[in-house]
Parts: sequence; structure tokens; C-alpha cells
Amino acid sequence: MSKYQVNEQGFYGEFGGAFIPELLYPNIEELKENYLAIEKSESFQNEFQQLLKDYVGRPTPLFLAQRLSEKYGAEIWLKREDLCHTGAHKVNNTIGQILLAQRLGKKRIIAETGAGQHGVATATVCALKGLDCIVYMGEKDIERQAPNVARMKMLGATVKPATSGSKTLKDATNEAMRDWINNPEDTHYIIGSVVGPHPYPDMVARYQSVISQEIKNQMDGLPDYVIACVGGGSNAMGAFYHFLDDPSVKLVGVEAAGLGIHTDKTAATLNLGTPGVLHASRSIMMQDKDGQVIEPHSISAGLDYPGIGPAHAWLKVSERAQYMAVTDEDALKAAVECSRLEGIIPALETAHAFSVLKDLDLKSTDRVVINLSGRGDKDMNTYMNELNLK
Amino acid sequence: MISNKLTHLFNRKSTDLLNIFFTAGYPKLEDTTIILNELEKSGVDLIEIGIPFSDPLADGPTIQESSKIALENGMSIEVLFNQLETSKHDVPVLLMGYFNPVMQYGIEHFCKRCKEVGVDGLIIPDLPLEVYASQYKHLFEKYDLCNVFLVTPQTSTNRIKQIDEFSNGFIYAVSSASTTGTKSNFDDASEYLNKLKSLNLKSPILTGFNIKTRENYLAACKHVNGAIIGSEFIRQISNPKSSLQDTVKDFVSSIKND
Ligand SMILES: Cc1ncc(COP(=O)(O)O)c(C=O)c1O
Repeated sequence: MSKYQVNEQGFYGEFGGAFIPELLYPNIEELKENYLAIEKSESFQNEFQQLLKDYVGRPTPLFLAQRLSEKYGAEIWLKREDLCHTGAHKVNNTIGQILLAQRLGKKRIIAETGAGQHGVATATVCALKGLDCIVYMGEKDIERQAPNVARMKMLGATVKPATSGSKTLKDATNEAMRDWINNPEDTHYIIGSVVGPHPYPDMVARYQSVISQEIKNQMDGLPDYVIACVGGGSNAMGAFYHFLDDPSVKLVGVEAAGLGIHTDKTAATLNLGTPGVLHASRSIMMQDKDGQVIEPHSISAGLDYPGIGPAHAWLKVSERAQYMAVTDEDALKAAVECSRLEGIIPALETAHAFSVLKDLDLKSTDRVVINLSGRGDKDMNTYMNELNLK
Repeated sequence: MISNKLTHLFNRKSTDLLNIFFTAGYPKLEDTTIILNELEKSGVDLIEIGIPFSDPLADGPTIQESSKIALENGMSIEVLFNQLETSKHDVPVLLMGYFNPVMQYGIEHFCKRCKEVGVDGLIIPDLPLEVYASQYKHLFEKYDLCNVFLVTPQTSTNRIKQIDEFSNGFIYAVSSASTTGTKSNFDDASEYLNKLKSLNLKSPILTGFNIKTRENYLAACKHVNGAIIGSEFIRQISNPKSSLQDTVKDFVSSIKND
């Protein structure tokens, strides 16, 4: 087995595990006991593959971006997760988890969301399957991602504001976990990224791994670089997954530097953080000397998180992947560039990934895949304000 | 075998144990020892002091809020140890806190300081049994610290027995599966508590999370060895009708009715 995969105890090297209160033990045990067998079952695979194809619209194209290629002097390919139903990669995971939840007999679904993409993707599959859906979202994010809040409501979900702490993704995650503690029997918690207690990081990575599986099928040979933005790390893990054991493929994760990694308004977890336990897994996180979580900042709600999935902490420590950080300002510039050179308005999260092209020292023979994790519709308010488009 | 104030208490008394929880450094930074001393004088049997954490995911709104204010007041593990060091107490004391701050402080250093300042036990809700048993049990025991685990109505009988085996203080039975203090009423959990009792565990059982009144306390004590009051006590000291000392004293006597 690859040294980059989770081990029997639920760890990636020194990272991972399930640091859960006993209150969640039965829920997590149930998942741990069942997630692999369910994923392998024929009924799951048939339904999963069929929904990915006919409902999500997979395989998503791998598009050769000619004008970006010219500008950066390398072959730049875009993996078009923005073309997934609901507008981002998040739906790959929610399809997998809703099928799992159904097979576990759950009636009620809860989720946390930052940018609202995971919330929308969860509300969507709940509508598809007729399950109750409650989405926790930080108050601050409810404001800056208003279109997605409306979409969730239209899909029949209840959106509950998280009003504690920084009122962003971390706090929404706390609220979702509290809900699960209070509703241990009929509820499944659909976590939106490769974070949380084992087996979530592995489970979400498996559902997202379809991204790199397709890239491998679509490309002639291996790429030289795979680049993806990292909040919790699910689109990046999906894009890296089937390349982890191909050492010639350079894996690049891009975090949000916010106002800059030398300021206190940043979300560059792997660049600035230290080992600790957040949301029931041991990973790298932003914390003060007393182990209190530092409230992050990013212009992009989906990257505004003080932790990161344990698998990424391990890829960083074992030097399999490198993690760069991009400021709010540079992400906005990259969003404009991608829009004007390729006619694709990316999500603010995704824009961070494009911004490192200028810093990578690319050769003309290099083949670069950028995971275009989502489209920018949800960010039009921010773009209008920041770029004076009104 | 651990021998400390807590184990001595259980040797001596096994019914109607009253355990009060409060957050260190709340309402004001220096209130920790005032509350501790007043609780001891009022005759509570054991005391849990919460170490505030920025992300207390097993706690409801009342304890979340008190933790937030305590952190703003400047509370930290180091400050708490310094406060406890300067205050003499004979009542058994447990610290309850999340794993990350303890880990950052250094687990062994933390255990050593606990013993030095008269702490008898720990409740770390997000330190699972398996991790405790394989990595930290020997350290806790080296410094005579009992480790307390939680059980809920969803905890299987096998799991309860396993937890009992690794418990050296008491077992903390959550009266209804919920984060602290969120349900408005103490559910009648007698069936569940009787089931626990019928397992004939070696550890005493205290039940907590939604106990507010003398009535709840008596109902709980009918089935198990005692009860834990947290959120309701915090609510009382958040809106004191008189001095902090009197509020503490009045609340305890309203529960014990003496
Ligand atoms: C389009 C898009 N990309 C990326 C992310 C970040 O999440 P992750 O790192 O799990 O891919 C989000 C999260 O909301 C998103 O909406």
C-alpha cells in the first residue's frame, strides 16, 4: 500500500486519527465499519457511476488553455470541475455520501459550508433523495455568499447561521458536530472536505479521486504539475490521488495567504501552522502558544479555514507535495486573467491556484494541469465590489 | 492503584454526590479561586474546573459563552495552575478541557503540574479511550490523576464495560445524548441509568449535562451515585442576584436543601 494512503489506525504518518468525544463514538464506528464495504458494493458503484455521469455530467473535460499556455510558456490544461452540476467539485463527494447515508438508513442530513458550494451540493443530493437537509454556515459567509444561501433554500434545505467565533467555516463545522452529538441516531453528517475524524478524510478523498482518475485517462502520459487550491483540501486531494505514487508529477497545493503570510489576516495553514488537534483530527493548524485556534482570514469563504486535512499535512511533511500561498489581491488578479484569457470566470478559491503559474519557473515542455474546482457565479458580489464592476 | 482526594471520597461516600462544574476565569479572571473556595465551604463533594478552549465542540451555548469570556479575560492553563497553586483546597478537583491546549502545554508537564496544585482527575472529552490507553495512561497514573470517560444511552454495553475497566475515578453518564446544557428539561433518564446500575460496574457513576434543580438532582441520585451540574451553575453566576460568594452559596443550598 502507498505510504501516502491512510493506515489501519486511520493515520497518515503522524496525522489523522479520530479525536472524538465518546458521544460520537457509535456514529464514527458505524462509518468506519461500513464505508469501505459499501463503496466496494456493486449496488453502490452502479448508482454512483450512473449519477456521476447522468446527473453531475462527468467526465468533466480536460481543456487545453491556449492563451494561458502562451502567456506562461508551458502547456496549461484545465480540469473543468466548474462544469459539474451545481458548479464545483463538491458534488462528487455529496453524491457518494448520500448513497452511503441511505444504505446506513439515515433520514436526516447535516452539513457545514463555507463558500456555500458544499451546502448547495448537499441540499441538491438531499432533494434528489428526499432527505431532510440542515446546513450550518457562518454568519459572515451567509453575507458574502448570498446567492448560494438562496440556492440552498430553493432546494428545500434549512440554513442555520453559526454565530460563534469568526462566524466562518470553522464555526459552522463546530455547530454541525454539535448537531450530530445531539442527534446521534437518525442523522448522517456530510463533511465537505478531507477533514474531520477518520474515516472522513479517506472517504471524501475516495469520492473525489474520480478527478485524477479522469485526468489520467484523458491525458497522454503523465503531467509534470498538478495544481489545486486548498481549503480543507478535497479538490486538491481528488486531483492528486492517482498521482501520489508517480514521483515525476509535481503536486502543488495553493493556500490562501489573505493579506499576506506575514500579517495576522491569513489562512495559510501549512505555511504558518503547527501540529495540533482540530475538528477531531491531528493535523497542522493555526494556533497560538496556548493551543487556542487563531481565526483565519481569506477573501474566499471556501479557503477561510485554520486547519487542513491530515493527508495534506503528511504530504507536506514527507515532501511529496509543496504548498504555496497566494494573497487576496493576487487571487483577484488571477481571476480576471483567467476570465479574460480563457472566457472562464473561476471561483475565488480556484483563482488562488491560477496565481502560482507566474511563480513556478515553468519550461516550455512542461505540462501543467490546474484543477478548476469551481465557477465564479457565487462570487459575483465580491468581484463586483473588489473590481469595481458596478 | 491511584490514591488521592477523589478515590478517598468514593471510599467514604457513595450516594448523593454533588459535583459542580464551572469555567476557570469566568465571570472574571480572578473568580476561579473565589468560586472554588465557596463551593468547598458550601459542602459540594467534588468540583470540575473547565479549561476554556476556542472551539469547545462538545459544549452548548452557555459553556461556549463562558469559555469565550474566560479566554478574553486572559485565562490559560498556566494562569489556572498559578491560581490553584496559591489557593488551599481539600475538596477533590478535576480539570475538564479539550485535548489541543493540553497537548500544546506538554502532556507530562501538564500532569506534573496538576499533581503539584492538587488536581485529582481529568476529563478530556476528545481524548478517546484507545489513545489514552496506548499513549497516556502511564503518565496520568504516574501523577496520581484519575481519568474520567463519558458514556451515553448510545454507548454499547461492551463499550461501557471496556470504559469501566480503564476508569479509576468515576464514569460520567450523560443523561441524554446532547451537548452540555442544550435541552431545556432534564429528561427522565431512569431507564438508562437503571441499566447502567444493573451492569454492576466497579466505577461509581455520576450523571450530568441537563441537571438544573434539586428535583433533577434527587431524581438522578435515586439511580446512580451522584449528579453533575454545569450549565445551570454558570447561568446563576452569570447573573448574580447578590455577591458572587452568596450566589454560589445560595445555589448549592438550593440543591442540597440545607
Ligand atoms: C470552488 C471551490 N474550490 C475549493 C474549495 C475549497 O475546499 P477544498 O479545499 O476542500 O477543495 C471550495 C470550498 O468551498 C470551493 O467552493
